[in-house]
Amino acid sequence: MSSQLVTEITYFVLAIFVGFEVISKVPTILHTPLMSGSNAIHGIILVGALIIAAGAQTPLQVVLGFVAVVLATTNVVGGFVVTDRMLEMFKGRRQPGSGGPAADGAPSSRSDRG
Amino acid sequence: MAILTAFVYLLAAVLFIVGLKFLSSPPGARRGNQIAALGMLIAIGWTVIVLGRTFTPAGIAISVAGVAIGTVIGAVGARRVQMTAMPQMVALFNGVGGGAAALVAVSELLRLSGSQPDFQTGVPSVFAIIVGGISFAGSAVAFAKLQELMTGTPLTYPGQQLVNGLLALVIVVLAVVLLAVTGQPVVFVAMLVLALLLGVAFVLPIGGADMPVVISLLNAFTGLAVAASGFVLNNFALIVAGTLVGASGTLLTKLMSDAMGRSIGNVLFGAFGQVQAGPEGGGQTGDRSVRAGSADDIGTMLAYSRKVVIVPGYGLAVAQAQHAVRELADLLEKRGVEVEYAIHPVAGRMPGHMNVLLAEANVPYEQLKEMDEVNGQFQNTDVALVVGANDVVNPAARSSPGSPIYGMPILNVDESRNVVFLKRSMRPGFAGIDNDLLYDPKTIMLFGDAKDSLTRLVAAVKAA
Repeated sequence: MSSQLVTEITYFVLAIFVGFEVISKVPTILHTPLMSGSNAIHGIILVGALIIAAGAQTPLQVVLGFVAVVLATTNVVGGFVVTDRMLEMFKGRRQPGSGGPAADGAPSSRSDRG
Repeated sequence: MAILTAFVYLLAAVLFIVGLKFLSSPPGARRGNQIAALGMLIAIGWTVIVLGRTFTPAGIAISVAGVAIGTVIGAVGARRVQMTAMPQMVALFNGVGGGAAALVAVSELLRLSGSQPDFQTGVPSVFAIIVGGISFAGSAVAFAKLQELMTGTPLTYPGQQLVNGLLALVIVVLAVVLLAVTGQPVVFVAMLVLALLLGVAFVLPIGGADMPVVISLLNAFTGLAVAASGFVLNNFALIVAGTLVGASGTLLTKLMSDAMGRSIGNVLFGAFGQVQAGPEGGGQTGDRSVRAGSADDIGTMLAYSRKVVIVPGYGLAVAQAQHAVRELADLLEKRGVEVEYAIHPVAGRMPGHMNVLLAEANVPYEQLKEMDEVNGQFQNTDVALVVGANDVVNPAARSSPGSPIYGMPILNVDESRNVVFLKRSMRPGFAGIDNDLLYDPKTIMLFGDAKDSLTRLVAAVKAA
C-alpha cells in the first residue's frame, strides 16, 4: 500500500467525522436547504470531470468528457442557485423586537399584500 | 505546484466545512451557501490553472462548451423552478452529479485499454460506477414521481425484493470479475447499465411522500461516489468534499426519517403508502356524513375566537396561498385573536417546505411553532385551521395500529375545540389513507382551492 493511499484514507476517515459533527444539530426548517447546499458541494466532481476532459483525445474520451463536464456543471450551478433561492425566503424576517406579534393583538401595520 | 495545489484544495475544504456549519443555523444559512460556493469557485478555478497546458485542443473545446451548457441548464432550471417544485429540482441536480462521478470512473478505466486495473484504481472505480449509477437513475425516478410524470404510489410486484437482490448480486459478480479477471470495457459498461437498472428498481417501490428521504439518501450516495472518484484520480478535493457530503447526507437522511417516526429501512423497503385492502380499508367511509360550512360561518367563528392555530400542508404550497394565509392571520391579529402556525416536520413535500413558503410571505418567525412546542396547546385552541394538510393531522397515527402511518408523530389538532379543514375534496392525503377527523362532529369542511377559500375567509372576517 503506497503512502499516498494511506494519506488519502486518513483524509477520508477524518472527513467522515467532520461531516457528522458539522450538522449534528440542525433545526428541521433547515433540513431542505442543507440537503440542497450539500448537494451543491458534491458538484466538486466538476474538478474530476475537467481533469478527464483536459486529456481527451479519442472520440469516445471526448464524448465522455463533454457529458461529464455538462452534468457536473449543472450540479454545481443549479445546486448553489437553488439553495440560494430557498434561503432568500428567510431574509424577510423582522428584526427582533421591531415587529413581532404583540400578545395583546396590536400588530404592526403591515399591509403589503401578495 | 503540487504543494500549492494541496493548500488551495485545503482552503476549499475549509470553506466547505465552514459553509456547512453556517447552513445549519437560520441566521447564517445564506452566507453559508455563499461561502461554500466561494470554495467551489477557488477549487475549480485553480484546477483549470493547473491543468493549463495539458489541455488538448478537443479538451479545451469540450470544457468550455460543457461548462457553458451546464451553467445555462443549472441557472435557468434553478431560477425558473416554482417553490413547490424545489424537491424534484434538488433530485435532478443530485442525479447529474452522480452520473458525472460514474463517467469519470468509466473514463479512467477506459484509459487502461482493457488491461486490468490495479487494486488502488479498481476498487474505487467500481464503487463510483455502481453508486454513481444508482444515484443518477434513482434520482431520475424520484424526479418523475414528484413531477407527476409517473404515479407517486409505490410500484410493487411479487418477488420484487428478490429480483432487486439478484440484480445487486450480478453487479457484485461483475465487480469481482473486473478486479480479478479482466479489465475489458464490456465488463464495466455492463456494470454501469445494471447499476442504472438497480437505481430505477430501488426507487420504484417507494411512495411519493417518502421521496425527500430518498433524495437525501441519494445525495449521500453521490457524495460517496464523488469521494471514490477522488481515490481514482488521487484528488484531495474530491475525496474530502465528497466524503463530507456522504457523511452529513447520511446523518441528514436519518434525521428526516426520525422526523416521520420511521426507520430508514422502513422507508426504503416498506412500500409505504401502498393501497391496502385491509378490513378497515373502504367499507365504513362511504356512509359517514361530513359537515361542510360556508365561508361566512367559518369567518365569523374565526373572528370571535381567542386563539387560532393554522396548520399548513402541501395544499397551501400547491395553491400558492402563503400570502392569503398571512393576510387572514394579520386580520385576525388586528381583532385581537392570537394566531400561531403549527409546522409539522414533514408537512409539504420536504422538511422545512412550509417554513420556506411562509417566510416568503413574511410571516414573522416567532409565529411558526414546531410540533413539540405547539402540541400541548391545542386544548386551549378555539379553532385549528388546517390548510391543505391531511396525513400530518390524522389521529390514526396515534390510535389504529393497522394504519400505515401508525406511530408517526402528528399534530394533535383533534384536541382543539373546533377543526376547520380547507381542502379541495374528500380525497385522502399523499399517504393514500382515510382520515377519521374529517368525519368528526367538531370538524367543518370548506371545500375549494386553498387560496380562494382563504380569500373568502378574509372577506368574511372583515364583514364579521
